[in-house]
Amino acid sequence: MAVTEKAMHATNGHTSPPASKPADGYTIIGSRPVRPDGVDKVTGRAIYGADVRLQGLLYGKVLRSPHAHARILSIDTSKAEALPGVKAVVTGADLPTAADKVEDLGESAINLKYLSANILAHDKALYHGHAIAAVAAVDSHTAEEAIGFIEVKYEVLPPVMTVDDAMADNAPILLDGLRTDEMGEMGSKPTNLAKHFRHQQGDLAAGFAAAEVVVERTFRTETVHQGYIEPHTGTAQYNTDGQVTIWASTQGTFAVRNQTSEILRIPVSQIKVIPTEIGGGFGGKINVYLEPVAVLLSKKAGGKPVKLVMSRTEVLQATGPTSGSNIRIKIGADANGKITAAHAELYYEAGAFPGSPVGAAANVVLAPYAIDNLQVDGYDIVVNRPRSAAYRAPGGTNAAYATESVLNEIAEKLGIDQAHIRLINGAKQGDRRPDGVQHTEPIGLLETVQAIAESDHYNTPLTGKYQGRGIACGYWNNWGGKSSATAVLNADGTVSLNEASTDIGGSRASIAMQFAEAVGIGYEQVKPRVGDTDSVAYNDVTGGSRTTFSTGMAAHNMGVEMLSQMKERLADVWEVDAVEYADGEFSGGDNHISFQEAAALIYKTGEPLMVSSTVFPRSFGPGFSTQLADVEVDPETGKVTILRYTIAQDVGRAIHPSYVEGQMQGGVVQGIGWALNEEYIYNEKGQLLNGSLLDYRMPTALDLPMIETILVEVPYPGHPYGVRGVGEVNIVPPAGAIANAVANAIGSRMFELPMSPARVLEAMKE
Amino acid sequence: MQAFDFVSARSVDEVVAALAAGGERARPLSGGTDLLTQLKEGRRAYETVVDLKRIPELMEIRIGTDGLWLGASVPCHLINKNADIQKMYPALHDSTGLIGGTQIQGRASLGGNLCNASPAADGIPNLIVHSVTAHIAGPNGSRTLAVEDFCVAPGRNALQSGEVLVALQFPAPGKNFGAAYLRFIPRNEMDIAVVGAGASVVLSDDGQTIQSARISLGAVAPTPLFVKAAGEALAGQPVSEETLEKAAQIAQEAAKPISDMRGTIAQRKHLSGVLTKRALRIAIDRARGTSTVDSLGRLNGNG
Repeated sequence: MAVTEKAMHATNGHTSPPASKPADGYTIIGSRPVRPDGVDKVTGRAIYGADVRLQGLLYGKVLRSPHAHARILSIDTSKAEALPGVKAVVTGADLPTAADKVEDLGESAINLKYLSANILAHDKALYHGHAIAAVAAVDSHTAEEAIGFIEVKYEVLPPVMTVDDAMADNAPILLDGLRTDEMGEMGSKPTNLAKHFRHQQGDLAAGFAAAEVVVERTFRTETVHQGYIEPHTGTAQYNTDGQVTIWASTQGTFAVRNQTSEILRIPVSQIKVIPTEIGGGFGGKINVYLEPVAVLLSKKAGGKPVKLVMSRTEVLQATGPTSGSNIRIKIGADANGKITAAHAELYYEAGAFPGSPVGAAANVVLAPYAIDNLQVDGYDIVVNRPRSAAYRAPGGTNAAYATESVLNEIAEKLGIDQAHIRLINGAKQGDRRPDGVQHTEPIGLLETVQAIAESDHYNTPLTGKYQGRGIACGYWNNWGGKSSATAVLNADGTVSLNEASTDIGGSRASIAMQFAEAVGIGYEQVKPRVGDTDSVAYNDVTGGSRTTFSTGMAAHNMGVEMLSQMKERLADVWEVDAVEYADGEFSGGDNHISFQEAAALIYKTGEPLMVSSTVFPRSFGPGFSTQLADVEVDPETGKVTILRYTIAQDVGRAIHPSYVEGQMQGGVVQGIGWALNEEYIYNEKGQLLNGSLLDYRMPTALDLPMIETILVEVPYPGHPYGVRGVGEVNIVPPAGAIANAVANAIGSRMFELPMSPARVLEAMKE
Repeated sequence: MQAFDFVSARSVDEVVAALAAGGERARPLSGGTDLLTQLKEGRRAYETVVDLKRIPELMEIRIGTDGLWLGASVPCHLINKNADIQKMYPALHDSTGLIGGTQIQGRASLGGNLCNASPAADGIPNLIVHSVTAHIAGPNGSRTLAVEDFCVAPGRNALQSGEVLVALQFPAPGKNFGAAYLRFIPRNEMDIAVVGAGASVVLSDDGQTIQSARISLGAVAPTPLFVKAAGEALAGQPVSEETLEKAAQIAQEAAKPISDMRGTIAQRKHLSGVLTKRALRIAIDRARGTSTVDSLGRLNGNG
């Protein structure tokens, strides 16, 4: 196996933080400096979406559908418009006709016609909370009162809430124009099934025939939300000269610009999007919801700026979630535990419009393992729930939950240790993903399994009757995407680094560190800044775990280029053939000056120095993670307590290990919530009942142990520093690991998420 | 939420006058941790809100040989940091220490918890097992009411127009008295009880016999439930798991829960028994000064 370098260390909450020292061979990379945005965030000075305040600002409010499925017969806004203080009212009728064209948003893609209908309903309300109309007024109370005066006549239709509802004969149809894309051929009948696709390798029947053990199970998982702490906001000003300015808390300013441009038919050159700080996104802040509505309101209100802010209930009802799913997995293995065949069927609820993450799920579902004979069928199904949005390794958690559960059942039947069966089957360089893509570069799955098998945690026995232990593996593809940045050498020896990747997880630090490493200067000398859409060239979203990888690559390229230009300039000034730079000093002939002196000299003797880089890496290193969970179940209440949790992840190269560990811990915590208590609960009318963080139960600090991290470094050769995306794969294994631990604790297996106390209690009775 | 008149009352008479004048469109405000949320979410609308926190009687903590006089607006944090209350009524902290978080406890009061009349209120079962009496003032003078009779329906209490809850009176605990409140929530904080259970006992001097007991359940009926029969079944019985099991069964049968997003009928009935038994174990431990169970009332960490 072509593992070029491997390093491991565990961090544990009970000891002091690890020392901030660079990795071997580096001066900056691997150290743990303070983030540039840290002071503003801890002092409350940082400006988030809702903090935007402008002269003459109007406050908006959205009227939302109380029905899950209804035809909109009429909307009368006259009474709202007549209310004193109301400056504008808009409905779907104010939207231009959107193109029937798919827009690629990086982690997700959507037909623009549907995107338009999602931000303000066209002819139908397709989920409880679907935006119907919006008002802008002099204050938020007036806006709130005004939406109560908008009269909407609905013809209420039966709600279609699940895969089974949607696929039933004579099921009510959500989208009149929808036809099934059946493996590339378009169907002719109205349907709720948007797409069926298949990946196939080898001979499935022969593989199952060769198996000693075959296990087939069906799983159900519920809709869950990303749970970012900052609700969606959008502020816009439509200037009378046709120029639009948008202030947005988003994962991608250019994604907001493109979507707004397409929905409202305004050229991108007339839209400037200014990013604020962002209070979490996890994939859910890529789609626009409010920004185009704010633009429409501002235009109608004579160019006054308009701010829209969602409540938590609106966030849960109308944004985010990721798909609920039905998943059937059949795996066969020989007596040694080697998988001989696997068949996965993935039925994902897309929400009101096509575009569930079932495509990504199909790549994740069997990806950790080398399987010669396999088939994966994916189904994308519309239901009367909010349109699903990307959520951290979209589609991966539910898919891996199913696979990892079945794999443990096979291990139990064959009497093989749960870590060992993963070592037997684990994918390595040269193996193929379910969709046929070959891992041509080194991958670190086996190293993560080994790290768990050798961990103190795995080698510490359980002590209680109702305790259990589970392992699960996970895969995520990661992404490259387009990045752009500029770097300006300042006369005082600092560098202003302008980029456009929204900083969600410490990327300003990791990008500045890569630049500093490439130039050979201190991290503190680099001043990173996330600019607006007019400040740098096009830049894809912060998503797909791509930012430290791609924008970091651009930073590296700029560092190399800046150093080269500085050497040339000094060579000209000193009239020497060559200038060297080492240990913070430029040397040429008899001249020796520091970086800071060089910067001053360059400014004194010639034109200012600025470099830029635009990148679009087509290849990137996938991420693998193996995780270990210990749980204890209260046999009288069914409540599951996580006793101990360890995650090993191949991180390629940890640029800033603290932020890498933070990503790993964050993904695990979200996965724990998904596994144990998070779920959308609807009544029989399709209305969301638990639209608050009181009853949508994300884990709190008291529900979690310290998440122990093991950073496995198998550098990706296609990146100058070996970086792999680290943000997403960590959320893939938790539900599987916890399901395996709970099964181990209670002696029976559950086939439904979340494993909430009532369900565990039921499972224990069986 | 729309604008409302805010009355900062300085005496009980002023409150009664303001409430009587406002009728159904007026509401008293203590900590506001329920009321303000209801107003903001549009679940209730009032034209007059009458603040109670500047009235001495409602903010008073008075401890004597006859027990505790607790002003209806005293916030939980003042109860939690009062050493005398903690000594005399250690079980009270089971409720006041878990209602909301630290910030909520800085405002929320037991009186407000009672008046909000939620079936799942974490304060009320505890008040019931402490045999608390509610002191009420109104246009026709003062009256008292046993707390178990205070809530009449979900979100509705026994106060008549113009009436205000002034204080909660706790009898002296007496010797060999112990109490406890437990709730079940899927997480470990910031949640509404799926089921809550309060228990109190008075033991014989040798600690071997239960002389009297009171059991109360939350979130299993339209109002917090006083399960008188379960307490009576314990009177005169020896302290044993079998005895507690019998009381738990009576409590379980008395529970009349509904299924909703927070729990099912079967789960709530089951938990009513489990929590009754566990709360009783803690109450007995406290009466005896022993510690045979963990903080959840489990014998060996398992149940």
